[in-house]
Amino acid sequence: MFKATVYVTIKENVLDPQGKAVQGALHSMGFDEVESVRIGKYMELNLNTGDRAAAEERVRAMCEKLLANTVIEDYRFELQEA
Amino acid sequence: MNFAVLVFPGSNCDIDCYKAVEQTIGQPVDYVFHTATDLSRYDAIIIPGGFSYGDYLRSGAIARFAPVMSEVQKAAEAGKYVIGICNGFQILLESGLLPGAMRRNESLKFRCQRAMLRVENNTTAFTRDYAVGELIDIPIAHGEGNYYCDEETLAKLKAENRIVFRYAGENPNGSVDDIAGICNEQGNVVGMMPHPERAIHKLLGSEDGKRMFTSVLNAWREKHGAASVR
Repeated sequence: MFKATVYVTIKENVLDPQGKAVQGALHSMGFDEVESVRIGKYMELNLNTGDRAAAEERVRAMCEKLLANTVIEDYRFELQEA
Repeated sequence: MNFAVLVFPGSNCDIDCYKAVEQTIGQPVDYVFHTATDLSRYDAIIIPGGFSYGDYLRSGAIARFAPVMSEVQKAAEAGKYVIGICNGFQILLESGLLPGAMRRNESLKFRCQRAMLRVENNTTAFTRDYAVGELIDIPIAHGEGNYYCDEETLAKLKAENRIVFRYAGENPNGSVDDIAGICNEQGNVVGMMPHPERAIHKLLGSEDGKRMFTSVLNAWREKHGAASVR
């Protein structure tokens, strides 16, 4: 068994309206050091497989096909034996 | 001419689209469920607005894998007329039938209001009854209509005259180049955020959307000879 944790964020060169709004809120609260905020998604997938290489390939396919929209989003993931 | 209005779990403009076909052009129209695997009897497919699959993950991301969508792909390739309105546009983007992606509105607010559009391209099957440069009044209702594409894609859309509508007044969502609607290379697939089906009668505030329906009927008639009127 593996546990995959997947992180999806808006690409650096694409405006993230939510991140911008949160950044503005942080600034108005006095957290002036915040240079940028990007809001993303965090997903946990439990995989019924014992093969790390296969799991990696499959999770990458899941990200490319569904979990991220690569037109505007970047993704990365970690695999952990569970 | 036979119309299909697709219905996904969470579609909520399907009835408006169905009635709009009936009331503007009186052509046969069916609701077609997302599980359907054959669209061969339809000449035009309308993907309506709403919140398919609750907009979970991303708007349109899950609907794009519904069985009916591979049929829509086939229909589009065969040159049939496909229009995605609002959530339908988002589904067409996610499915890759149109380029680009949607972001949250710049204001972070759901905008439900009238919008003035400028018709930029009247060579598509859905816009031939308009004049280029004409201003039309079509309502919008969306939280994620902030259209994005990279600069290369935008240059291509412009060069190929594939921007169908732009917001003529205030841009309500922050979309790239004020884009409100685009089409594919062949011009038979159109996606737009505004709702023409909600602007088919003066009593609704505008009848400027009506000609999208007469346009596609005329396009089809030209290709197939006279269509029967129910």
